[in-house]
Amino acid sequence: MSELAIEAKDLTRTFGAFTAVDHITFDVKPGEVFGFLGANGAGKTTAIRILTGLLRPSSGSAKVAGFDVATQSESIKQVIGYMSQRFSLYDDLTVRENIQLYGGIYDIPRDELRDRIERLLDRLALSKAADDAVRSLPLGWKQKLAFSVALLHNPKVVFLDEPTGGVDPIVRRQFWEMIYDAAHAGTTVLVTTHYMDEAEYCNRITIMVAGKIAAYGTPADLKRDAGVKSVDDLFVRLARSAA
Amino acid sequence: MNALLGLLLKETRHILRDRRTLAVLILLPIVQVILFGYSIRTDVKDVRLAVVDPAPDATTLAIRDRFNASGTFKTVAVLRSEAELDALFQRDAAQVAIEFAPRFADRIAHGEPAQILVITDATEPNSGTGRLNYVNAVVQGYLADSPMSGMSSVVPTSPTSRGRIRIESRVRARFNPTLESANLFVPGLMAFVLTIVSALMTALSLTREKETGTMEALLVSPLRPAQIIVGKVAPYVVIGFISVAAVLIEARLVFHVPIEGSLPLLLGEGLLYILVALSIGILISARTSSQRVAMLAAILATMLPTLLLSGFIFPIESMPEALQVVSNIMPARWFVLIARGIMLKGIGIAYLWRETLILGAMALVLLVVSTRSFHVRLD
Amino acid sequence: MRIPRMFRSTPSIRRTLALAHAEVLHVFRDKATLLQIIAVPIVQLLILSNAASFAIRSAPIWIVDMDHTQSSRALARRFGATGYFDLVGVSDAAAPANEAMLRGDVSLVLTMPNDFEKSLVRNHAATVHLDLNAEKGSAAGIVRSYALQIINAYAAEIGAETHPTESSRRRGGIVTVSRGWYNPTLSYTHYMVPGILVALVTIIGTLVTAQNIAREKEIGTLEQLNVTPITKAEFITAKLLPFWVLALLDLVVGLAVGYFVFGVPMRGSLALLFLAAGVYLVVALAIGLWISTLVETQQQAMFVTFFVLMIYLLMSGLFTPVDSMPRWVQIASEVNPVRHFVTISRAILVKGAGLREIALPLGALAAYGAVVLALAIRQYDKTTA
Repeated sequence: MSELAIEAKDLTRTFGAFTAVDHITFDVKPGEVFGFLGANGAGKTTAIRILTGLLRPSSGSAKVAGFDVATQSESIKQVIGYMSQRFSLYDDLTVRENIQLYGGIYDIPRDELRDRIERLLDRLALSKAADDAVRSLPLGWKQKLAFSVALLHNPKVVFLDEPTGGVDPIVRRQFWEMIYDAAHAGTTVLVTTHYMDEAEYCNRITIMVAGKIAAYGTPADLKRDAGVKSVDDLFVRLARSAA
Repeated sequence: MNALLGLLLKETRHILRDRRTLAVLILLPIVQVILFGYSIRTDVKDVRLAVVDPAPDATTLAIRDRFNASGTFKTVAVLRSEAELDALFQRDAAQVAIEFAPRFADRIAHGEPAQILVITDATEPNSGTGRLNYVNAVVQGYLADSPMSGMSSVVPTSPTSRGRIRIESRVRARFNPTLESANLFVPGLMAFVLTIVSALMTALSLTREKETGTMEALLVSPLRPAQIIVGKVAPYVVIGFISVAAVLIEARLVFHVPIEGSLPLLLGEGLLYILVALSIGILISARTSSQRVAMLAAILATMLPTLLLSGFIFPIESMPEALQVVSNIMPARWFVLIARGIMLKGIGIAYLWRETLILGAMALVLLVVSTRSFHVRLD
Repeated sequence: MRIPRMFRSTPSIRRTLALAHAEVLHVFRDKATLLQIIAVPIVQLLILSNAASFAIRSAPIWIVDMDHTQSSRALARRFGATGYFDLVGVSDAAAPANEAMLRGDVSLVLTMPNDFEKSLVRNHAATVHLDLNAEKGSAAGIVRSYALQIINAYAAEIGAETHPTESSRRRGGIVTVSRGWYNPTLSYTHYMVPGILVALVTIIGTLVTAQNIAREKEIGTLEQLNVTPITKAEFITAKLLPFWVLALLDLVVGLAVGYFVFGVPMRGSLALLFLAAGVYLVVALAIGLWISTLVETQQQAMFVTFFVLMIYLLMSGLFTPVDSMPRWVQIASEVNPVRHFVTISRAILVKGAGLREIALPLGALAAYGAVVLALAIRQYDKTTA
């Protein structure tokens, strides 16, 4: 595929005197699983919000699926999926109702939608709980559901902001399996996380420190170049030198 | 002690950071003083008058001129018949209409009664009466000055013309000589402000802590439940006092609202009322962990009754029996009585001991119940 | 709900309906919102309609009779005989009356000096003193009117008795007869209830809208919606539509209560009233929407809405006529949509007005609706700048 899924050039965002995202430059190829690592407050969420069209960049440029984030943000929204850090499905609606809502918003044809709902429920083993309120689900299930809803309309790129926060290791494993499945099907996945071990699961990563990109490349390359055994070690070294 | 101070500091910081709520808490009473002072009036002025004069003659024209010259009335339309009157009233273009009987001057000359029909828009009952009085006054004025001697009128509210008995009434309005409406609303407004701050904000603040889960952390700390309550609530009490002070000062400056009686007594009673409102707020927070439900409960149990049933705006005497009875259990009602007494009448504990006792009893009972339920619920 | 295929076809309409459907589900599943929309207004309506009255029922009066003559006693009897006054005490000295006044037990003290009758006989004139207890408010002015009426009627009557020749000449005079239109029983409820209905419907429309959107902001679901292709217009329509319908339903229930419980007249066309209500509610909801763009939390939404509504309501002629307010308040109330809808409601329900009579305020409402809606839409941004 010729087009890059995501490309950012000197992307910057300031809030008053504070620079949250500082001239970051990177790109993501279609079908990649791309990791955005960094400590809390490093600028990951802000970067995602710019790429999803929620926040306008202060300077620099970025393109998602070929559309410019500053001038074509509404077009981007047609072809992306998003799972925010805060749980963003409706607590008091049932599983089915939530999925139907997004099916309607993305204008998925009704018969098609019915199929996808059944398949989704099946895959998540939620068929029995389909008509229960989402608030009654355990956290891990909620996260997986939110992810599936983000993929419901077969977006080209899906953005996941700290999707595995607070869940147990088993659910985390299941989650990453879902991510791989999506990537194999052609969806580009951009994941932010502060769990450094999850870096190993990504094709390429960046590590953000204080709004800047401090490392960019495949996990293997980065580890070898820095002479460390794990991405975590790399991160600690980068964080210390920035401090 | 340090723990308590820490909690106080955190709460204060939290309040200061929420600038919008703070702005409303401070601006609202200030704006309300102005609004209540100016908007709730029952003056009769600029009355829009429609004249129905099917057969104008010298007399009717003379009387119409008097209305125009009166300063109270403004003639907005002169009609030949009643037919268009409805539309005028419905459009609110006219508020009163006077209709002259045909052959007006003729009838008078021949010693027959000449009728002026006064039609008022009685949608608002009280203003109808006021306007009617003014109409009669103008007619009387015409008669008194009219060249036709000995002519009298059969209008109950007439001052007399020659030969009649006149009783002059010297009227004095005690406690509020200028009938300034601000004088009457300020006490109620104080109660209202204190209710918002002490009951509503307290309930919200405590349930928010519960909702976010930090309440448990507080309970596990060395702080005792009573200290937690004090720590969370004290800043709001301070805000309440500041608001009340602002209200009093503003009312004084803009409307010259007096404090005839003892200011310390007023503040003391205010404190009593705050305790009552606080207890209600605590009680509410003890029964729910949802902010929205707490909000609703506080509004239903404190704000609405204070607004409607305490005598703040609507006189208790004008309410039906059942509501008058209900208003007895509203702490705001007693505080409004006390505040009015101190501010307008200058009376002290000697006259207010009964009301103070009632308020005090309410405070005591509610405080005990609320602190106990707070304890129980969280344990 | 089965929607005809024709309407379902546009993605835009489908998006709007999907979100509106979810909105309706929310409302009916949320106890707090349901209470707010249904229970609170009804309770308020019932209590407020009963409590809101400036009518004088029986004002307690104390008579200080220093004269003890037939004339003074006759006048005292007059006061006791009417329904307006409740004679709670008679004395021949001022002190007990003063006490009663200070205690707040009386609204009026009538004092007749000890030369009352003598003065009447000799000079055909006398003086009495009326002390009004003005602590209670506007009631004082009304109490005064009634008292004066009684006194003057008494004067007229004894005048007629003592000067029979004068009364025969009465036949050549001007007679004023008064009639009150639209409210023959002079009921305060008929005046208040339409206004109260407006207030309640407004509070629901504006407050719930503001809180609702603020809550989505607070929880984060708003962000999720902003990432979807849903447009501003679709979002706003989906949010406002359910509450518009609910507020209108509330109006229906409120009117029913007003009619069956309080006997409020319905002289004009209800269809016209609902047309006006529909337009008005767009304004009210748009204001709620605009407020929601200014705040971050539900609590702020509630406080700011309360603040704004209180200003609107007090200057709307809801409780007291706008005509009695000072000039500058009257001018300000021209841009108050609540004021116009209150005027329209009263005109239609109590006075039986038709479209032509309410055309002006209705036009004003439509204009405000357009302006506020446009402002709110402009203010709402899916992307933060």
